[in-house]
Amino acid sequence: MATASADHHDHDHAPGFFARWFMSTNHKDIGVLYLWYAGIMGLIGGAVSLVMRMELQYPGLQVIQNLPIDAASGHVWNVLITAHGVIMVFFFVMPALIGGFGNYLLPMMIGAPDMAFPRLNNISFWLLVPSIVLLILSAIVDTGVGTGWTVYPPLSVKDPNHSGIAMDLAIFSLHLAGASSILGAVNFITTIFNMRAPGMTMHRMPLFAWAMLVTAFLLLLAVPVLGGGITMLLTDRNFGTTFFDPAGGGDPVLFQHLFWFFGHPEVYIMILPSFGLISHIISTHSKKPIFGYLGMAYAMVAIGVVGFVVWAHHMFTVGLGVNVEWYFLLATMVIAVPTGIKIFSWIATMWGGSISFTVPMLYAIALLILFTIGGVTGVALANATFDFAVHDTYYVVAHFHYTLSMGAVFGIIGAFYHWIGKMSGRQYPSVISHIQFWTFFIGVNLIFFPQHFLGMQGMPRRYPDYNDAYAGWHFISSLGSYVTFASAILFVFIVFYTIMFGRRVGANYWGEGATTLEWTVSSPPPFHTFEELPVIEKDPNHH
Amino acid sequence: MNRKTLTPILLFGVVAGMVGLSFAAVPIYRVFCQVTGYGGTPGVAAAAPGHTEEARKMTIRFDANTADKLAWQFKPVTPEMQVTVGDSSLAFYEATNRSDQDTWGTATFNVTPLEAGSYFVKTDCFCFESQKLAAGENVDMPVAFYIDPELEDDPYLKDVSTITLSYTFYPIPKEDWPEESL
Repeated sequence: MATASADHHDHDHAPGFFARWFMSTNHKDIGVLYLWYAGIMGLIGGAVSLVMRMELQYPGLQVIQNLPIDAASGHVWNVLITAHGVIMVFFFVMPALIGGFGNYLLPMMIGAPDMAFPRLNNISFWLLVPSIVLLILSAIVDTGVGTGWTVYPPLSVKDPNHSGIAMDLAIFSLHLAGASSILGAVNFITTIFNMRAPGMTMHRMPLFAWAMLVTAFLLLLAVPVLGGGITMLLTDRNFGTTFFDPAGGGDPVLFQHLFWFFGHPEVYIMILPSFGLISHIISTHSKKPIFGYLGMAYAMVAIGVVGFVVWAHHMFTVGLGVNVEWYFLLATMVIAVPTGIKIFSWIATMWGGSISFTVPMLYAIALLILFTIGGVTGVALANATFDFAVHDTYYVVAHFHYTLSMGAVFGIIGAFYHWIGKMSGRQYPSVISHIQFWTFFIGVNLIFFPQHFLGMQGMPRRYPDYNDAYAGWHFISSLGSYVTFASAILFVFIVFYTIMFGRRVGANYWGEGATTLEWTVSSPPPFHTFEELPVIEKDPNHH
Repeated sequence: MNRKTLTPILLFGVVAGMVGLSFAAVPIYRVFCQVTGYGGTPGVAAAAPGHTEEARKMTIRFDANTADKLAWQFKPVTPEMQVTVGDSSLAFYEATNRSDQDTWGTATFNVTPLEAGSYFVKTDCFCFESQKLAAGENVDMPVAFYIDPELEDDPYLKDVSTITLSYTFYPIPKEDWPEESL
């Protein structure tokens, strides 16, 4: 995205196109690669969900039996939900937030010239290419993978639809994506611990750096467990082991424990970087330092720590003892405390500030409102007794889309609007971007708010067909997905318009509210930043 | 060694440790279930302690399932029986091999309510060993058990008067058959 012409006055020269983008070891270029990758994957994952909403628009089957997969329509449906879930989690949200904004912003924010291990960084990105190739292959060979992103046995081991090679390809795809994440996590932690600019103490680090630090530790501790679990799945499938097969003394519930020991921290891996990004957006556009900086940083640490001991709230219905459910219920609710600290601190940051309602600020405020709705339904679902009633219904679907589609994704889009001027040297077109925000905001709420009602009325997840009683809200939900997708297409247009024709901007186009180090370099930044380390003499969070 | 080398070495050590822990979870999980009766895993002991003066009576219901690849008919001889807490009881299941081949099977088991698992103690059971049924053979399979009197003190089981014992028979693949059958 950064054009070569803008960098002429610098001493350092960017290499030619192929060397720059295919052999890149530069944190900003790798960040840009990640963002393009995530953008493309987000559109593919979004398109899959559009097909699903078209199917669900009316009762009965109208779309999926026409897809070129030779299996029962229920399995075809499962292949779609699996593709949507895996692509959105592993190939859109994670690459965008961690690989994209993490790589691009983190070294600049802490005043480091690059990541600690630039070549490892290159491997992290390029591992995702064979990973997505394997995943796409897994969806089109045999009858595809229809297990959901949770790949629970016995469905993923014994089911006739998964007897072919497709499931194995998907497992290898997750292995590669996991390896990429772990290498990235090691790189981030080493960078943060060892390469902060002089005077940049841990307690002076920008909140996005804190968010990335906690996220990297979550990745480091959680992803290997997923790797272990799916490796056991692989040997159960191909080499006759019985880790999850009761006939040989195994237990399928063990897989659920392993999966959710990874899976629950994974949802914080997706949301914490967003939290970090919007802290900067809200502070900048309120022209105030963030309220309660230390509380904000340690709230993220607390969310990360407690996030590791709540996993079984995803498994309330497998037959846990009353005391076990009671513990997981309470521990889950405890997470609402640090999350509440963050929400209230963001509101306190805005309070009395000189707020400008720019597009990134609108996305940040929308995130606060919508994530809080998702958080409230999360506290409701933490109650095991209530969870028994709505387990695997659209209420759960609505809950996690409010936290992720509107939490993580609003953070990504908001951060794009906030930093695109820095990345490309050109500002987004304001009026049309406001239209993009409002259509997106209305669209996603039209999709997901009615799903609370559907779930409360008993509409189960993972079904392509439903009773006529659910038709009304499903129809509205589908209309919402058309509005959202149109808005996403408009966003693609805005991206290309901005980087080609946007108004040129200077180093710090947001003015006094933007205090982190990336605003001290030109827009776009020179190919190499901070070869001479900046010295941080006063606490940037208390000015 | 400088810090920038040491940090990733430690971090990769953490990754290796977590991979190790995920595999260690398999035996840990099994031991945990046996010790705590978590998930309805019944206990095993040599003999019943006998009942006390005020021991209550409970209904034990018997449930039988067969995996779809095993052509056995497997059912309890009596669907339920009354037992006194602390006393040893004997129940029978009946299995018939309805195929024309000798086959081996093994049974998994659990009890509900799950909290009763740790108080449901078996002294002898057909499920402790692999079972062989010749083609067309019909056998009675015994299970000797007692209810641990400590159940009377568990507040979560105060209102429970019925415990269900459930078995599922799975086929043993030919290559894993015990020696004597070869």
